[in-house]
Amino acid sequence: MTDIQIVTGNQAAAIGAMLCQVQVVSAYPITPQTSLTETLSRFIEQGQLKAEYVRVESEHSALSVCIAASSVGARAFTSTSSHGLLYMHEQLHWAAGSRLPIVLCCVNRGVGAPWSIFNDQQDAIAQRDTGWIQIYCRNNQEIIDTLIQAYRIAEAVYVPVMVCYDGFVLSHTMMPIEVPEAEAVKDFLPPYKPHTILSPDEPRNINPVTFPWRRYDDRGVLCDGYMELRYKLQTALENSAASIIAANDFFADAFGRNHGGMLWSYRMEDAEVALTSMGSMATEATTAADILRDKGIKAGVVGIRVFRPFPKEAVRIALNKAKAILVFEKDISYGYEGALCTDLKAALYSTDIRVPVHNYIAGLGGRDVKPRELVEASEDSLKIIASGIREPKTTWINCFTG
Amino acid sequence: MTKKDDNISAMCRPAIGEAGKTGDWRDKRPTIDHNKCIPFIKKKPACFLCWLYCPDGVITATIPISIDLDYCKGCGICAEECPAKAIAMINEEGKDD
Amino acid sequence: MYEVIWHGRGGQGVVVAAQILAEAAYLEGYKGVTSAPTFGPERRGAPLTASTKISREPIRTFAQIETADTAVVLDASILKVVDVFSSLKSGGFIILNTPLSAEDLAVPGCFNIAVVNASAIALSRHLIKEDAPIVNTPLLGAFARATALVSLESIETIFKKKLPAGVVTGNILTLRDAFEKTSVKAAV
Repeated sequence: MTDIQIVTGNQAAAIGAMLCQVQVVSAYPITPQTSLTETLSRFIEQGQLKAEYVRVESEHSALSVCIAASSVGARAFTSTSSHGLLYMHEQLHWAAGSRLPIVLCCVNRGVGAPWSIFNDQQDAIAQRDTGWIQIYCRNNQEIIDTLIQAYRIAEAVYVPVMVCYDGFVLSHTMMPIEVPEAEAVKDFLPPYKPHTILSPDEPRNINPVTFPWRRYDDRGVLCDGYMELRYKLQTALENSAASIIAANDFFADAFGRNHGGMLWSYRMEDAEVALTSMGSMATEATTAADILRDKGIKAGVVGIRVFRPFPKEAVRIALNKAKAILVFEKDISYGYEGALCTDLKAALYSTDIRVPVHNYIAGLGGRDVKPRELVEASEDSLKIIASGIREPKTTWINCFTG
Repeated sequence: MTKKDDNISAMCRPAIGEAGKTGDWRDKRPTIDHNKCIPFIKKKPACFLCWLYCPDGVITATIPISIDLDYCKGCGICAEECPAKAIAMINEEGKDD
Repeated sequence: MYEVIWHGRGGQGVVVAAQILAEAAYLEGYKGVTSAPTFGPERRGAPLTASTKISREPIRTFAQIETADTAVVLDASILKVVDVFSSLKSGGFIILNTPLSAEDLAVPGCFNIAVVNASAIALSRHLIKEDAPIVNTPLLGAFARATALVSLESIETIFKKKLPAGVVTGNILTLRDAFEKTSVKAAV
């Protein structure tokens, strides 16, 4: 029987982590992530989940605990938001460099100064270059499903995965989700096999100082230097796209829900205007596309699901017929433009896709984003293009700019 | 043919002399007067603080103790820690104070 | 899409009421339901809102409600500090916890009115928490009566699922009582 539950995004993530039978959880509470880790600690306390919950004094330690646990073969989970994620920054690099398949839920929240507890995606975007796979969820169903897929991906390619979803907008909004059956999740997720077994029988020093050059070890093996190891991590991220797509497809077969792999498209078959975004704003964009179509504008949506590895090939295919591309995002790379827009344009550079790409910044620090506003922005873009301007300045939606 | 490094993250095994014979880094060498050394006098495995404190692991917990001068860098911690003052640091030949 | 804003004060069960309505509506066959608190810190006694969205199809917008179809006011004192009507559609429903009758209420505009003395009903059924009547339960009854969007049966099913066993009967009786005692005045 299908188990439908009406839950918040944080509850969906907690149930997901329980279904994945995570063995070690370590997290530090921070708004809006708190109710996720509270729910998980309750599952553990009540014996529904057999796991070790390690209480720590900070997010830096929370991820350190996960790194240690994952190193000795435990499936480890943590979650955080905003400043908590920034405080983890150093350990994010360590987790990826150690090739540990940790899964982290980033409940997206803006970053101070000034203080904000509300949603945007600056926290996760700021961790773009730490070597983690980043997947953004559009609704609560996708949160639980992506979390389950995340362990399969991470443990296949030995790269940690950050499952990102919008704080409050999803984390605190209840909606119906289908909860996968525990047995089916067990079948979907083979047990985690660490790439290195730490054991007293065969002692090792992990992550010793590496040198700019390669060197022979005591057995005559020419060992990688720092740069070779970086190259291996980069290759793993590039190749992980195949595992991400495979996990998505296998999940779709097993559970009947296909979230699109690297990205998803909505009404793009004949779309002339492509609205692109990540996370819950991509969901708003689908409603905006419906409104635009009612007004006679052929609009569609490309929802970027995976931000790292960037879906270069998939983006080229999805946007190949669009006459205008509008990128809506909840982050800003100060002094340039939205991070998604930059990457998207770069992906199109060597192709024949030569259409205008307009960038819109919206919803920073929890400012509400309404489909109506995305519609208005799209109409503005079409007017600007019609007037012969190809590249207007990045526009901040619903923001007083003087 | 050189064997390929299959590890996906950096790691190494404990091995003697990975960085070459480091004994020649030494300015002063430890010399032991066994007649002052507690385990040697008592004929019992006792003390071994030199073995415990040696940062390079070149001292054995045996009776008598022995120091591997191929790798001892001459830091003098063993002499400093020895409660019986059985270890003295003396200048290496050819190296001045 | 049908949109409901719940107005009350921190601690009155505004968020729980919004959730129970969403779950009951799902039982009624509405595939799209969401419920959300006001995003941000929660403070006991401060005016706050929660929302429920109900739709035949899965909901694809999480934006805050601009103008609701129905506003439910758990605490009439809210009307003095919050402009409840500015976020209510013309022709929409206002459902109030008040001892006054619908005829005695002056509303600024064209709104349907439903009134119920939720506090008195809760007290008569000994539905009390921390010395205050539990008003969200009777207002769910008033909502069912006023809008006919959800049945009492669906709400009762959710009570049985969500509430501790010992308090289910009291809540069901309060719900039914409030349903009966709700008086409705259509917009003029």
